[in-house]
Amino acid sequence: MISFSVNGTSQMIDVDPSKPLLWVLREQLGLTGTKFGCGMAQCGACTVQLDGRAVRSCVTPVSAVAGKEVTTIEGLKGENATLHPLQHAWIEHQVPQCGYCQSGQLMSAAALLAEKANPSDDDIDRAMQGNICRCGMYGRIRAAIKSAAATSSTALFYNAAQVQEQEQEQEETSHG
Amino acid sequence: MGKWTRRTILGAGVVAGGGLIVGVAVRPGNIASEIGSEIAGDNETLVHVYVKIDADNVVTVLVPHSEMGQGAQTALTQMLADELDADWSQVRFEEAPARKEYAMYAAGRGYLFKNVDFADAVVPSIDGMMMKVADALHMQVTGGSMSVRVTGQYCMRVAGAATREMLVKAAANEWNVPEGEITTADSQLYHQASKRTARYADFAVAAAAITPSYTPKLKSADEFKIMGRSVARQDIPAKTDGTALFAMDVQLPGMVYATVRRAPVFGGRIERLDDKAARAMSGVIDVVKLPAASEQGMVGNFSTGESVAVVADSYWTAQRALRSVNISWRADDNGGVSSEAIFEQFSNDIDAGTERATDTVEGDTESAFATADQVLQADYRVPYLAHTCMEPLNATAHVSDDGAELWVGCQNPLGFRHTVAGALGIDAERVSVSNHFMGGGFGRKAIADAAIQAALLSRTVKRPVQLIWSREEDVRQDFYRPAVLSRFKAALDKDGNVQAWENTYVDKHEPAEAPLIPYAVAARNIGHVKSPTHVPFGAWRSVDHSQHGFFTESFIDEVAVAAGKDPYAFRAALLKDKPRHLAVLRKAADAAAWNTPLPEGRGRGVSLQESFGSIVAQVVEVTVVNGETSVDRVVAVVDAGFAISPDGIAAQLESGIIYGLTAALYGEISIRDGAVEQSNFHDYEAVRMAEAPEIETHIINSGADIGGAGEPGTPGIAPALANAVYDATGVRVRSLPLKRFDLNYRITESEATS
Ligand code: FES
Ligand code: FES
Repeated sequence: MISFSVNGTSQMIDVDPSKPLLWVLREQLGLTGTKFGCGMAQCGACTVQLDGRAVRSCVTPVSAVAGKEVTTIEGLKGENATLHPLQHAWIEHQVPQCGYCQSGQLMSAAALLAEKANPSDDDIDRAMQGNICRCGMYGRIRAAIKSAAATSSTALFYNAAQVQEQEQEQEETSHG
Repeated sequence: MGKWTRRTILGAGVVAGGGLIVGVAVRPGNIASEIGSEIAGDNETLVHVYVKIDADNVVTVLVPHSEMGQGAQTALTQMLADELDADWSQVRFEEAPARKEYAMYAAGRGYLFKNVDFADAVVPSIDGMMMKVADALHMQVTGGSMSVRVTGQYCMRVAGAATREMLVKAAANEWNVPEGEITTADSQLYHQASKRTARYADFAVAAAAITPSYTPKLKSADEFKIMGRSVARQDIPAKTDGTALFAMDVQLPGMVYATVRRAPVFGGRIERLDDKAARAMSGVIDVVKLPAASEQGMVGNFSTGESVAVVADSYWTAQRALRSVNISWRADDNGGVSSEAIFEQFSNDIDAGTERATDTVEGDTESAFATADQVLQADYRVPYLAHTCMEPLNATAHVSDDGAELWVGCQNPLGFRHTVAGALGIDAERVSVSNHFMGGGFGRKAIADAAIQAALLSRTVKRPVQLIWSREEDVRQDFYRPAVLSRFKAALDKDGNVQAWENTYVDKHEPAEAPLIPYAVAARNIGHVKSPTHVPFGAWRSVDHSQHGFFTESFIDEVAVAAGKDPYAFRAALLKDKPRHLAVLRKAADAAAWNTPLPEGRGRGVSLQESFGSIVAQVVEVTVVNGETSVDRVVAVVDAGFAISPDGIAAQLESGIIYGLTAALYGEISIRDGAVEQSNFHDYEAVRMAEAPEIETHIINSGADIGGAGEPGTPGIAPALANAVYDATGVRVRSLPLKRFDLNYRITESEATS
């Protein structure tokens, strides 16, 4: 039996202690927001937070999280399902294409912002280098992290309804 | 955005909840009574596009294309909604089910509206691979950048406009006023004189009884209200909180997991198998041999060798158990093949002109070369490439006596249904397909090999099975962008005018026009030879353009340099009768400040490529320090005729550029002993955050026919990059990927390597 907490809920699981956290989350806890991409800490699709630090769950044996707090993409929203500033920025910048990498991108970015409220380009490079996006949305990810950083100092969480109402008005001919 | 399940029943015109289906019959002769008949009943109606209007005046569009990230479902919905004069905030969409009513055949028939025969118009040229009508009943392909330019233009817009006309007609009848006096906006009908208004929903029932027009009046561009606007994609919120469902996220009661290893040498067989250790592992349910598979349709045709699969209570268990299975494979003749041998064979076949067929012959190249002041020759080559979709290949199947259910994320749901039915030896009507978001497609997810494996495994273990490929299997058992060798020769006169262009390459697929050049060169001879290999071919984002863009746009750069001219000005001078091309090229040069000099160690390169009906120019800036190249900036200009969603097109360009950049910098699948050497992202690398350049996109709405968006960004990045490296270092990169190129070594050599 291994006990740990996932998104604030404690879990007791009877499992082979060497089973990677990724597969415990997906297969046993039904938390499929965390994705499998490579299985060897190369792509970042499986990124979750362990006591607030971004880790690759595909190479993290579940025994290593005993007694710790795991946060997955399903736990990124705030109270009353308010969007995390990064989720708001992701929608505003229309970041996802296929979307498969985005849980991992968001969990890495959230760990970065928690540590550094105003990350530099170099900070972003370093924190996000482990997260591949085969759809190539790096420019939008960078821009979204910066706008989340710029807004989160004043308001930590946005209202989900406001975000949906917001219309994307972008310049017609030119996108920097 | 809802997802289709096969249990959704559409009654005769009325949806559960009191809504309405308004259908548009495509084949002349279809009558209104067939419209909206129960889809699940699978009758022979050729109703191809549905518009549902529910009691709350919500319009739901059924989109016959899959979503792999390209945002096409949103763009298609915009097209229909605009013609319908719908209230965008009250418009939703659903992916159409994998049923033959949504086959591309129906989309193709859309051309009837323009009295153009689809088969003749399209098959021999642009999209032959995707759209051969003979095979069309099994096709529901998303690919070829076709969604907007074919389905959108000829189905969705027509359906929207026809539905609007039906609603107007219904209101005119009821109000007893002339149709011409009724106006529409925001899902409402208005009659000014009598001050009457009604919601679309109020007339949906009456409208559904009216025979739709095959030739409704479409809007002109200045009347567009929703088309041309950057609207928020409806799939995005679910992709930021983990709720978007990909095929791998399907969880069924009693489901077990499987993973698989196929013969490493393509086409290989199992000779011996020792699975004792695997079977002894706790959680292992079965070890299963899977037969060689093949599909000989015109779309998604493939053949594979045999495989071994482990079924277990967890993917992790299955994967460990599979590693413990001892397999000896039999490779037959291909066990000794290497990339070097393949390229040698290509070169020999080009030398010998093996079954050379011409793409184009114009003017007299022979005499141009005989009288040339300067003849330039070069060989270009690219390696095999894998797709490495972010989501590794997977499929979930439940096969029972009742038939088969499949959960996949694929580019061709109808084709998958047909192929899996064939593999199981059952009627296609007994296979249902639930299609999901694809974690990338790029051409790979048009082939049903993993779905067949999942179905066979489920039949064997008599349970729902989720088959997940390891990334290693995904890299090693792909259907690859081919390795290609392309040989060029150009003749220049004494004033540096290019008089002749000769090009012979191996491996011809689609689109046929990929190796053609837009430049005014009087004499050309472009053709290809046969030089088959055992490495399986697959469509890879932009297909043949991905290699020919690099080849032709690099070689024209060499020709410009040999002529002593500026590469941009040289191209522009050869585009006098190509105003669209010229405008795109100019805009890119202007936006990138082409004529501003760059400091030492930096360089700028340009490319211009038309593909899938869109023209793209790119200017790339690089810095080369100690032989290491960094890509600083990309300026890209696209003319796709008209941008339905400008931000959507910009995103697709950015995506296509990074995809092509990954290939240009790192992409190489090499063959040794008949098998792929690479296995995962550590040795088949991808561009990451720190290497990703700043990308600036510009859109030109020329008003020409609408072009594609998903692929045209990809072909032009490699040549613009290589040309920029030349500008920075004087080293001509004629072989990709760039990482294999020793810029330090060559930098000391003379420029001329031809
Ligand atoms: S799946 Fe864990 S890093 Fe790729
Ligand atoms: S959005 Fe597709 S991989 Fe990142």
